[in-house]
Amino acid sequence: MLQALYGAVESGLIYALMALGVYISFRLLDFPDLTVDGSFVTGGAVTSVMVVSGVDPFTATLAGAAVGFLVGCITGILHTKGNINPLLAGILMMVALYSINLRIMGQPNIPLLNETTVFTVVENWWQTLNLQGIVMAPFEALGIAAYVPSSLDVLVAATILMVIVKKLLDFFLRTEAGTTLRATGDNQTMVRSFSANTNVYIVVGIGVSNMLVAFSGSMVVQHNGFADINLGVGMIIIGLASVIIGEVLFSFGSDKIVRTTLAVILGAIVYRMIYAVALQVDFLEASDMKLITALIVVAALVVPNWLGQTNAKQQYKKSKANAAKQEARQADAEGEKSHATAQSHS
Amino acid sequence: MLQLNHIHKTFYPNTPDERQALVDLHQELSGGDVVTIIGSNGAGKSTLLNTIAGSIVPDEGDVVIDGNDVTRLSEQKRAAYIGRVFQDPKAGTAPGMTIEENMMISLGRTKRRSLFRGVTKQLRQQFREHLATLEIGLENRLNTKVGLLSGGERQALSLLMATFTEPKILLLDEHTAALDPSKEELILRLTRDLVERHQLTTVMVTHQMEQAIAFGNRLWMMDEGKVIFEANDETKQDLTVEDLLDQFQAIRGKKMANDRALLTK
Repeated sequence: MLQALYGAVESGLIYALMALGVYISFRLLDFPDLTVDGSFVTGGAVTSVMVVSGVDPFTATLAGAAVGFLVGCITGILHTKGNINPLLAGILMMVALYSINLRIMGQPNIPLLNETTVFTVVENWWQTLNLQGIVMAPFEALGIAAYVPSSLDVLVAATILMVIVKKLLDFFLRTEAGTTLRATGDNQTMVRSFSANTNVYIVVGIGVSNMLVAFSGSMVVQHNGFADINLGVGMIIIGLASVIIGEVLFSFGSDKIVRTTLAVILGAIVYRMIYAVALQVDFLEASDMKLITALIVVAALVVPNWLGQTNAKQQYKKSKANAAKQEARQADAEGEKSHATAQSHS
Repeated sequence: MLQLNHIHKTFYPNTPDERQALVDLHQELSGGDVVTIIGSNGAGKSTLLNTIAGSIVPDEGDVVIDGNDVTRLSEQKRAAYIGRVFQDPKAGTAPGMTIEENMMISLGRTKRRSLFRGVTKQLRQQFREHLATLEIGLENRLNTKVGLLSGGERQALSLLMATFTEPKILLLDEHTAALDPSKEELILRLTRDLVERHQLTTVMVTHQMEQAIAFGNRLWMMDEGKVIFEANDETKQDLTVEDLLDQFQAIRGKKMANDRALLTK
């Protein structure tokens, strides 16, 4: 169980890249981009094909991310220049990418088990530098070494990667261009009236979003040890669930960029933990996870509304009750008054 | 500063709904001129403003700003010359972003947006000074989301954002119409201050005749796509609302059809 949770944190960190991408399109640009289901696989496909043919895994990963950026730009252009509704533009790209991904991969499944991936390279460094002993030392001193997973290399490497990506993203979103990008999702007319080409911001924004998604896909493929054509099915909902879980649990009412990106990353990790726990439950199967994910998103969208309504209803009831009380009090007071006058008359 | 050369605009041409919005409109403003435009509903005031701003492209004629022919320039490119305040206080600001972020975006009107840190300490100080001139306390709320401000505060901010980068032309589209009377007065006072401070060439559409007479140094009365009556520095001084209504009746032989103008005169 404990090992399963460590595994969940590992993959959560990797999937967090994808969640950040979904956060950019859905939340910042207000653009429900379904390209994600396709571009996630595209990243994985490009990387796995390159890794199999012997290319350096880091180059292969970067190439996967770069192709993701191009794919996202095409979605953006379909929307801005082609005037296609955002949802439809995303669906079109998702469908088109299925064929393209198969072309790239050449077969529906590519095994990477004996290939050099970024993770095998990291493992090699880990062993040559004997980092395991250094990292484990404090845990052993505390006598809790048994609760620490046997190999920490992936966890440490993924954490470092996430910190770097988060810092870069935080910086970008607060630059002049990044701020304008966020404003584009907020009030396009206003941004245009200040001489900014909103189309460019939408295209680049959706590009960056899908770059992160493809980056995540290419890491996931290397982590899993295989690429599969169906890897991306329902990915958009998983991303959305991660974003919503993060915002609900970790944003603490603040919507500053630095806080929100952290919340999204943590949300992705929590989602993977829920997934891991669900797999441990006997009557649930791995294939039920899509249903659970959909339910999480539905609940996250419906419950706040529903709570708001009950609050409003309660307030209404309360105010009504107060009014009734006040009336009763007034009636009482008047009753006493009339009583008093009646007495004085007698 | 602003030249409008023989501008024609017809909506829905060759259909039963055909409407001539602007008919051979030929006007010129020199630097620092402040013109107020009044007219009945459908007189072409908004079409004129949108033609200058670039959201409507004229069928004939051209728009020249400071010697540059901008007729074929897209709305956002042209925005480099133009500051604009809309009637709806929500239109001119981004509600989900802070006051300082909004001001930073308006700063981008004059230059390319870079990949450097957006709101720097230096800029923040500059924004604070500009906001302080509004005298409504916004300088202490730089990190407040604009969506939390009142309508009047948002419009004051829009006004500041449209003016402090000193555009060649300032367009005001009934920018006080959606506010309550006390806020309306505040915004009008701020408009006067800012226009004077930056010496802005301004085109202001209004539905209040008194406002139109009191504000600026020129006045155009529009009807059916034409400027039918003009007043300049000297003639504007002695103008009254009754004069304007009489003028309209004399020229057009009908009463001015603007219920709002009648209500608020």
